[in-house]
Amino acid sequence: MSEKFKEFPGTPLSSRDIKSGKVLTFKWRPNAKYAWTVGIAYGRFLEELKNGRIIGRKCRECSRVLVPPRMFCEQCFRPTDEWVFVKNTGRINTFSLSYLDADARRIKTPIPVAVIDLDGASPGIGILHKLGNVDPKRIHIGMRVRAVWKPAKQREGSITDIKYWEPI
Amino acid sequence: MTVAIVGVGYTDVRSTTPDVSFKESMFEAAVKAYEDAGVNPRKDIGSFITAAEDYYEGYSIFDEFVPDQLGAVLRPVCTVGGDGLLGLITGAMQIETGVFDVVAVEAHSKASDILTLENIMTFAFDPVYNRAFDAHPFFVAGLEMRRFMHETKTSREQCAEVVVKNRRNAIDNPAAVYPAKITVDDVLNSEVIAEPLTRSDVSQMADGTYVIVLASEKKAKKLSDKPIWMKGLGWCSDTPWLESREWGSTVYTHLAKERAYKMAGITNPRKQIDFAEVDDWFSYKELQHIAALGLCEKRKAGKLLQKGSFNRDGQTPVNVSGGRFGVGNLLEASALQSVLECVLQLRSEAGKRQIKDATTAVAQSWRGVPTGTGCVAVLSNEL
Repeated sequence: MSEKFKEFPGTPLSSRDIKSGKVLTFKWRPNAKYAWTVGIAYGRFLEELKNGRIIGRKCRECSRVLVPPRMFCEQCFRPTDEWVFVKNTGRINTFSLSYLDADARRIKTPIPVAVIDLDGASPGIGILHKLGNVDPKRIHIGMRVRAVWKPAKQREGSITDIKYWEPI
Repeated sequence: MTVAIVGVGYTDVRSTTPDVSFKESMFEAAVKAYEDAGVNPRKDIGSFITAAEDYYEGYSIFDEFVPDQLGAVLRPVCTVGGDGLLGLITGAMQIETGVFDVVAVEAHSKASDILTLENIMTFAFDPVYNRAFDAHPFFVAGLEMRRFMHETKTSREQCAEVVVKNRRNAIDNPAAVYPAKITVDDVLNSEVIAEPLTRSDVSQMADGTYVIVLASEKKAKKLSDKPIWMKGLGWCSDTPWLESREWGSTVYTHLAKERAYKMAGITNPRKQIDFAEVDDWFSYKELQHIAALGLCEKRKAGKLLQKGSFNRDGQTPVNVSGGRFGVGNLLEASALQSVLECVLQLRSEAGKRQIKDATTAVAQSWRGVPTGTGCVAVLSNEL
C-alpha cells in the first residue's frame, strides 16, 4: 500500500476535532455502589484494628497463623481454629515506590508500598501497607518496621487505622 | 460418556446476610457439597468453576477471589461469565475432555451487597442506543410482557397465577425466603412497575450459595449410590438488539432445548419430562419458558397454568421449589437452585414436596434483562 500511495485520501483527524465534538463519542459514568459484608474474619480484624491490635487465625493442622484472618485454611481446606494476636512489628518482604497516584497522575513524592511479614504470623504472611517516616533510598528487603497507629479516637475499623509503618 | 452430579451443597437462602462474607458462605456450601460427594477437594477434584458476573460482585477479575474457600488454591480455576447452569455445562465439557474426573461448580448471590442494582442492570444495555431514557431497566420486561400477552392471548390473571403458584409451592421448601399464600388480586393490585408489569410480577432478591460436584461416568458410579445424569445440555443467545428481537417467544430457550433434547433423546417432552424448574424472574417469563420447552402447545401456557397443569400434582409440575418467586431471586445462582431442586427430587430427598416416581427433569435458566441468553439441561436418575 504505502509504496503505491504517497498520500492517503481523506481528512486527517486532530485532537481538536475530537475535543470540539466533530468526532462523536458516547460518555457514560457507571453508578456501581456496593457495601460488602465483612463477615466473621474481616469483621474481627477491623474491630481489632480499632483497638490498636492485629489479629490472625491459626490452623492447628498446618500450624500456620493467617493474617488477615480467614475462617478456613485454604491449604488444609478446614475451618481455622483459634484467634491469635500478632505483633505490630515485622520485616519488609518486598516494596515498591509508586510515582503515579491512583488516578495515574505523576507525583513528585513517591508512595512507598510494602508487604510486611509480621512477627507472630507464619513466615511469608503479613500485611500490605504504606511506609512512612523513612527516606525512600534507605528502604530495603528485610528492614525492620513497626506500625504507627492513628490516635484511638480517630480509628474507625479500617486498614487506615494504621497510618503507616516506620523503621525501628 | 455421560457426566453425573454426585454432590450438592448449599447455604440457607436469606433476604440479607450481614453476618457472613461471600467467602464464608462459599466455604459452607463447598464443605457440604464435598461431604455429600465424598471427595476431598485438595486431592480428588481436578478443576473448579465459578459462575459469576463481575459487576454483581463489585470486583473485576472476580475469579482471583474464589480459590481459597473452594479448596482450589494452586489448582485449575476459572470463572464463567454466565449463570450457574452455564458453569455446570462448562464443568461437564471439561470432564468430557478426559482431562478431569471430578469438577466442582459454584454460583452464589450476595445481592444484598449491591446498593445500585438498577444501575448495574442498565450498565448491561447498549450504551449508545438504549441507556438514554432514564427509565428503570425493567421497562424491557414491560415491553416483552406486553408483546407476549398480545401474541399468545395470555391474560394478566394468567401471568399472576405464576406468582401465586410459585410462592405457594415455596411453603413446603425450608430453603425458601418468600413463601406465601397470595391471590391473583394481590398481584394485580400491587403497584405498577412498567406496564403491564406490577411489583408482584417481579421476584425479590435474596442471598445464597450453591456448590455442585460433577464426575465422569466411571467415577460417578464409584462415588455415588444416586448419581444424577446430565443427559442433555444446551445454551443459546438471542440477538442483543432490543430493536429487532422476537419479543413474544424466547428463541434462546427454544434453540437451547432443541440441542439438549436431541442429546437426551427427548422426542415428546410432555410425556418424557416428569417435572421442570424454569426461570421465573418475572411472572410471564415462566409461561414463555414453559412453552419454549415444549411442555405445552405454543400459546396455551397461561391457560394450562390457570387450570393447574403445572401445579405440584399437575401433568408437568413446574417450579415445585418455588422458583425465584418463592425461594428468592439469586441472580446467576438461581440456575443452580433449579438444578438442586431437580437433584433432590430425582434422589427422592425433597421431603414434603416430593414428586412421586420422577425419573427425568429439565432445568432452564435466563440471565435477566436485557439479555436473551439461557441454558437448558435434561437431568435423570437413569443412565
